[in-house]
Amino acid sequence: MQKVNSPADVAKMREICKAAFARQKLRFLICAGTGCIAGGSLDVYEEFKRVIGERGIDVNVDLLFENKEIEAGTVTSGCHGFCQMGPLVRVEPAGTFYTKVRAKDVEEIVTATLDENAVIERLLYEKPDGSHAATEEDVPFYNRQQRIVLGGCGTIDPEDIREYFAVDGFQALATIFQEHSPEDVIEIVKESGLRGRGGGGFPAGRKWEAGLNAKATPKYVVCNGDEGDPGAFMDRSVLEANPQSVIEGMTIAAYAIGAEFGVVYVRAEYPLAVVRLLKAIEQAKEYGVLGDNIMGTGFNFDIEVFQGAGAFVCGESTALTLSIEGKRGMPRVAPRPRTTEVGLFDKPTLLNNVKSFAYVPDIIRKGAGWFKSIGTESSSGTAVFALTGNILNAGLIEVPMGIKLREIIYDIGGGIPKGGSFKAVQTGGPSGGCLPESLLDTPIDYDSLDEAGSIMGSGGMVVMDERTCMVDVARYFLNFTEEESCGQCVPCRLGTKQLLEILKDICAGKGRKKDIDLLVELSHSVHGGSVCGLGQTAANPVLTTLRYFKDEYEAHINDKCCPARVCTNLISYRIMEDKCAGCTLCARACPVDAISGEKKEVHVIDQGLCIQCGVCMEKCPKKFSAVECVSPKIPIPAKEKTEVVA
Amino acid sequence: MEERLSAVLSPYEGRKDALIPMLQKVQEELGYLSEEAMLLIARTTGMPESHVYGVATFYAQFYFSRRGKNQTKICSGTACHVKGAARVKDAFERELGISCGSTSADYEHSLETVACVGSCALAPVVVVNEDVHGQVQTGKIDKILEQSIKD
Repeated sequence: MQKVNSPADVAKMREICKAAFARQKLRFLICAGTGCIAGGSLDVYEEFKRVIGERGIDVNVDLLFENKEIEAGTVTSGCHGFCQMGPLVRVEPAGTFYTKVRAKDVEEIVTATLDENAVIERLLYEKPDGSHAATEEDVPFYNRQQRIVLGGCGTIDPEDIREYFAVDGFQALATIFQEHSPEDVIEIVKESGLRGRGGGGFPAGRKWEAGLNAKATPKYVVCNGDEGDPGAFMDRSVLEANPQSVIEGMTIAAYAIGAEFGVVYVRAEYPLAVVRLLKAIEQAKEYGVLGDNIMGTGFNFDIEVFQGAGAFVCGESTALTLSIEGKRGMPRVAPRPRTTEVGLFDKPTLLNNVKSFAYVPDIIRKGAGWFKSIGTESSSGTAVFALTGNILNAGLIEVPMGIKLREIIYDIGGGIPKGGSFKAVQTGGPSGGCLPESLLDTPIDYDSLDEAGSIMGSGGMVVMDERTCMVDVARYFLNFTEEESCGQCVPCRLGTKQLLEILKDICAGKGRKKDIDLLVELSHSVHGGSVCGLGQTAANPVLTTLRYFKDEYEAHINDKCCPARVCTNLISYRIMEDKCAGCTLCARACPVDAISGEKKEVHVIDQGLCIQCGVCMEKCPKKFSAVECVSPKIPIPAKEKTEVVA
Repeated sequence: MEERLSAVLSPYEGRKDALIPMLQKVQEELGYLSEEAMLLIARTTGMPESHVYGVATFYAQFYFSRRGKNQTKICSGTACHVKGAARVKDAFERELGISCGSTSADYEHSLETVACVGSCALAPVVVVNEDVHGQVQTGKIDKILEQSIKD
């Protein structure tokens, strides 16, 4: 069977695909998310093909569909989430989960699995207690998660639609064609309590209803994959790992509001997501589940991929639609009609985030009640986070709403590495805020995070330890929003600029006592006077760091001290006489030749020449650890000063 | 050049909404957007030159001068920032002898910082040509360049 000619065919297709893949006795799934590829996973995949091929096994999956049995196969999958331990390899059906696999390990894995029915312990994840986790489910990073949107990520090959069919793919779409009117679909989405996963948290069902009620035609469905938040890669991973789920979700939405044309807006920085999405669209059309006369029902829906050109503000719905139209992405000025009434090409447009669409097939198949039963009363379902920063287990996670920040950071993330101590967690990207230790028991949901001064955002979660300077973090975010401000509102264009200048001054040791009050006053003006979310939330990083870490601002301003020893104008490097062994490594590495000293003699840093690059500290062997970083700055002796001037 | 570009632009004839894909295709072909190329786009689409230039300069993806043969991008996403991207940037500037946002005089190297590349779990991240390098240490950037630069 090559095509789905009726909704009833989807179930048949599922059985054919399931049966075919069951004929593959063993399979090695190699993670080919961007993270693992960076670690060399494609070499690992090639090596698997070579080693298995050497045994005379043909790994071509098409053979499975010709009723042939294959002893072992290998495919690339999307992101498994545990990027830090990559490249990851999963052996099915046992579920054996290997981490940090190199091409040279492949021969051993294949031999152990095929010939000896054994596992290679040294490649398994080592748990904090020293024991090994044999499967993903056994790894603490995974076993506290509840994966719905990420369910297919890492378990199926995103470049083969038949794998999606085998896991109930397009079953939800078939069901609505058979059983539900557009109004029914909207009722299910409403009942499920699904809120927009782009960050705003607007109830998806209400938005869909507005789309259906809009009178003008044609209507459009737009998927927002312009994941511009720095420190976030949830949407990228979903698009790379399970693009068909997004296509199915969009098609269901199109049916619900009566649209025939859709656009996926993907960031320019995500080339792999674009490739996989285009391939997925082509395959979906080939199988009759997208394009003209879907499943023989007479319903048409086509999807195009639009590559963004690099502008954070285009994550805002009106800016995004203008960008697709070939214009500058400047948000429309309020008061304005909703995008569901006047959107792309001034027509009714339903715009949702990648994850919002990806949830829909599961909600239809398992029912609104099932989704509602997960999470909290006001925020149902799960939340996907990119957990990164100073955290032991960085990666992509999915957890039920209502879970506490502490559980995410310590139980899933494994806490702060190298004995560091927790300082803050940043959620919501440039629009969010930094929350301190005292708020770690805040439950994760739209409203609680809002109350704490941060936002849910689309899912970036960056953990910071004591080596992170909170003033520098605020400066970092303002630097970002100042650059990304589209420039049409004065409070945003000039306000972010002024906020940034003040923060730069404070970081440079030129802060004035009145700066703190000025920052607060200016923040409120930028918040109140801007048209779109970018400006309205731009000051959040400043306000939350001031609220929870005011002492750091005061240390910078009053004592010219950066407690985290980050701000280069406020720190000095120094070699401790009693620890220096005179190995000369630092002197040779110093890019400005500021370190002097003979072999086996104590070395000295010329503070007048030092540029605070920190290379000496990095190069100094651990056993000596003779370089220390201090703040405030060591004063430069007058003699050296004159030399520098001369 | 007109010939070279008209082949690239022909699929978009009559589509006023396709300005961004057109600019992307032209940049793919030339490596950057020359004044001549933007004027040509304006002529073929009938759009005002100011509109083409206005849109092109709005987006970070477009370049307006010739780029180096090798392109190094320092990720400045939040996770990378927290893990020392600023030091990595300084180290690359020293190693290549050019500042971020510029191209070497011999057109061998371009260096820039970019917003998040989405490989946050590997922070700090540097992309040299097509290769993504994770957990970059400032002491080892010579090896990264050696591995990824084109001859």
